[in-house]
Amino acid sequence: MGKLLMIAVASALVNNVVLSQFLGICPFLGVSKKVKTAAGMGGAVIFVITIASLVTSIIYQFVLQPLKFEYLQTIVFILVIAALVQFVEMFLKKIMPPLYQALGVYLPLITTNCAVLGVALTNVQKSYNILEGVVNGFSTAVGFTISIVIMAGIREKTEANDVSPALQGTPIVLVTAGLMAIAFFGFAGLI
Amino acid sequence: MSKCFERLYNGLIKENPTFVLMLGMCPTLAVTTSATNGLGMGLATTVVLIMSNLLISMLRKMIPDSVRMPAFIVVVASFVTIVQFLLEGFVPSLYDSLGLYIPLIVVNCIILGRAESYASKNPVLPSVFDGIGMGLGFTVGLTSIGIVRELIGAGEIFGKRVMPNSYEPVTIFILAPGAFFVLAGLTALQNKVKLEAGKRGKKIEHATGCEGNCGTCGNCERSE
Repeated sequence: MGKLLMIAVASALVNNVVLSQFLGICPFLGVSKKVKTAAGMGGAVIFVITIASLVTSIIYQFVLQPLKFEYLQTIVFILVIAALVQFVEMFLKKIMPPLYQALGVYLPLITTNCAVLGVALTNVQKSYNILEGVVNGFSTAVGFTISIVIMAGIREKTEANDVSPALQGTPIVLVTAGLMAIAFFGFAGLI
Repeated sequence: MSKCFERLYNGLIKENPTFVLMLGMCPTLAVTTSATNGLGMGLATTVVLIMSNLLISMLRKMIPDSVRMPAFIVVVASFVTIVQFLLEGFVPSLYDSLGLYIPLIVVNCIILGRAESYASKNPVLPSVFDGIGMGLGFTVGLTSIGIVRELIGAGEIFGKRVMPNSYEPVTIFILAPGAFFVLAGLTALQNKVKLEAGKRGKKIEHATGCEGNCGTCGNCERSE
């Protein structure tokens, strides 16, 4: 239990997926204009990464490892993730329309989110078992959601600020992200 | 032949993936802690880009339109795996410092973007040169960000001390926040140049191909 908690804190806060590992930067910069959409994206990412890390861990442990096909992991994982996202989308549309309404728009964007593949590969690299892999995936995604929602909150507050023309748009967002990354250094003492 | 040079120019300057299109931001921020890492990542990506452009261009008439994305992903992922093993075997130090980001070349939108928007529609030779141009453009981008960060953050370039000994390195520049600050500075500089050009009445091209959002870049490339 202690180990699981450690993994959760480490991947959600200390090694925050966006601010210290730079995975999923693209949605972080692109979909963080409003808190509501940011939270929607975060929800979709939590959903997909948790399922993806479960499925990829199972495939790695029960298919790739026994057959000694470990070297195929990158190819297999990316295909599994792409298929999984499509499947989740169809499944939600049929079974849970309200959730699909909320997350639907963000799902196709997630295939190209490097955080999903990143988590799957980290699970293998750190030789986590299936449960640890799922916890790692879930907490990484929670970390993503925390940072994207904070970012959107800051952007909503600073929207009306008078920023010099050259810094408008992406540059000021990047500066904000840098300051957030400094703030997240504060969590380093937790583990 | 002129078409090939045009592709090189296009990749290096006109549509530079790092500074103009702003694609592949994850490796751009993550591995540019030193000039060597930036160069290594850039060259690894270049090799994958050239090989995948070559193969996809050769197969462009055989791949059915409806399954082209999965087909491209398989091609790219295969080359990434090959490059990963070559690096592990021959340049283990680089392999260790790039770590997770080598397999993540698969999801670098530059590669799928070029496959989709160029290699799948054009003959082999221009596609290869397109790969070389784009790859070198990316390499130049990563290396120059790496040089800036290493110079300020460690006082070194390619591991050689260049700053006087009295210089106190600003370590934050080789840590995570530094990546954001350097990229912010470079983008601001580019905006500044564009604003000046805009004032002189030149046509302004949009800096960010997909508003810095490569999540949408599959769609964005398709609409090109």
